[in-house]
Amino acid sequence: MAIVFEKPKALTDAVLHYCPGCPHGIIHRLVAEAIDTLGIEGRAIGVAPVGCAVMAYDYFTCDMIEAAHGRAPATATGIKRCRPDNIVFTYQGDGDLASIGMAETVHAAARNENITVIFVNNAIYGMTGGQMAPTSLPGQVTQTSPYGRDVNHCGWPIRVCELLATLEGPEYVARVAVNNVKNVKSAGKAILKAFQNQVDKKGFSLIEVVSACPTNWGMTPQQALKWVESDMLPYYPLGVYKDRSAAKEAESK
Amino acid sequence: MAERILMKGNEAIAEAAIQAGCRHYFGYPITPQTEIAAYMAKKMPKIGGVFLQAESEIASINMVYGAAAAGMRVMTSSSSPGISLKGEGLSYIAGSDVPAFVVNVQRGGPGLGGIQPSQSDYFQSTKGGGHGDYRMIVLAPASVQEMASLTVKGFNLADKYSMLSMILADGTIGQMMEPISFEDVAVEHYPKPWALTGTEGKRKHNIVNSLYLNPEVLEQKNFERYEKYKAVEASEVLYETYMMDDAEIGVAAFGIAARVAKNAVAAARAEGIKAGLIRPITLWPFPKQVLKDAAEQVKAFVSVELNMGQMIEDIRLATECRRPVTLCNRAGGMIPSPEQVLQSIHAAVKGGN
Ligand SMILES: Cc1ncc(C[n+]2csc(CCOP(=O)(O)OP(=O)(O)O)c2C)c(N)n1
Ligand code: SF4
Ligand SMILES: [Mg+2]
Repeated sequence: MAIVFEKPKALTDAVLHYCPGCPHGIIHRLVAEAIDTLGIEGRAIGVAPVGCAVMAYDYFTCDMIEAAHGRAPATATGIKRCRPDNIVFTYQGDGDLASIGMAETVHAAARNENITVIFVNNAIYGMTGGQMAPTSLPGQVTQTSPYGRDVNHCGWPIRVCELLATLEGPEYVARVAVNNVKNVKSAGKAILKAFQNQVDKKGFSLIEVVSACPTNWGMTPQQALKWVESDMLPYYPLGVYKDRSAAKEAESK
Repeated sequence: MAERILMKGNEAIAEAAIQAGCRHYFGYPITPQTEIAAYMAKKMPKIGGVFLQAESEIASINMVYGAAAAGMRVMTSSSSPGISLKGEGLSYIAGSDVPAFVVNVQRGGPGLGGIQPSQSDYFQSTKGGGHGDYRMIVLAPASVQEMASLTVKGFNLADKYSMLSMILADGTIGQMMEPISFEDVAVEHYPKPWALTGTEGKRKHNIVNSLYLNPEVLEQKNFERYEKYKAVEASEVLYETYMMDDAEIGVAAFGIAARVAKNAVAAARAEGIKAGLIRPITLWPFPKQVLKDAAEQVKAFVSVELNMGQMIEDIRLATECRRPVTLCNRAGGMIPSPEQVLQSIHAAVKGGN
């Protein structure tokens, strides 16, 4: 019998600790598929964040390190500068990447550090039990915005892709989602491209994956996916925000 | 005779690091240690190494963490406020048992403090700095030559025990010029089977990590780490003694304070006072035994420090308070004069303060 579907080789057999219906599992799979497709498992080094994905080091079969909260791009920089032929990626949440680690994110992008950043935007601090994130939407109820995020009090959610696209540095910045099959497919393509760019030594690629946190949003997985469509995507439009190589090619035509 | 060259203390650290095989430097500018970064910025690109100015001390220590985990000899340098920012990263490095070398050319604090020499980060470096139970090997040079030789030693020890080592210097030695030699540089090599190199499909993945959610496992990790620290305490203590053989007053000082204290001890001897000097070179592991032994012999100790009295606590612990210990200090970037130390020796002879 032909095998039509199996676990990517770049994932271990460990049982994921994520909540039922959490998209972290899908995103892990997409990363692993990209690693498999490019055949880079043996030279990949992953950097796990502090956040729900903290134990990603148990899930990927490549060498892994667990970075301090927000510092994954700096840790990845240290590794990549030592081992430029290895493929170095980070996997970070919104609190990690866009709040405590914003400086590391922006500067790694500005340096066009040749790494791949997978940014999981679930508009909340999942791991610590559902506090407001830098990406929580206006009006969004969280543990630390119990009356809804009041933008006059705590400011506006940050659109990371748009912000990074203003920099000369980064090679590729794109936002994708995993709320339906079509979006999962394009997310996989974007993630693959982000790794391919690194293999081709093109530089910093960041893929923002609009995700969900059914547990801390207080929704069923189905409701959460609907909320992604109805509330998240209007504020966080999908698309490619920067693609230097494509822009250059277009120019030269 | 060995070739001697005139060098600034900070540059001696940088050159020694390169000779010790360090090819990766990550840092952020701060006075009074910026010469180290400047030297690295010039040299590293010429020898296939990496100098990278990070966006902050936080980023630089986490770059060090990554490079250390990748199995490289790597360093960062900073001064007091910057070292505070590195605290969390130091704790992660310690908790992951990877080796790294850090330089703190201290300045007066707290807060932004000043830019003049100080030793007020003694507690920070020997007792903690970052969170959790951990230790760093802390080396305190008192000359430009030692800035170089203890740097090489620091890299060797870090790799030998897979832990952090730190040079705790001060602005004076950092800026001072003295003739030094690199003749004795001996680079030791230790295997790093845990390093992140990529599995190449040939082995199970390596994981560099400090997270252990199971408290029993985390406790075990701590116990194991402290066994390692015990071994360091047993075999890596370094100190210098001067005129201690028949000393009745034991002056203790490290770094630049020890040079001042040495002059004061010589002056006391000229007056017929039997003074001697104990200079800890490793602040951790602290030379407890030599102080304990000295307590059998001397009438009193004087601790000379460029802070409000930090090492004095370790002297009291090591000597189990068997002899009075008085403090001779300046703070905020000031340095005691040999006369001030001599006065403290006089006071100790009289048994007062
Ligand atoms: C220095 C530091 N501050 C705070 C924390 C606590 N903490 C752990 S995870 C987290 C938020 C993670 O949220 P996010 O990055 O969005 O990831 P998610 O869990 O949503 O995937 C925080 C604040 C920590 N571990 N370290
Ligand atoms: S808390 Fe949220 S983000 Fe974390 S595993 Fe559960 S559903 Fe996923
Ligand atoms: Mg989140």
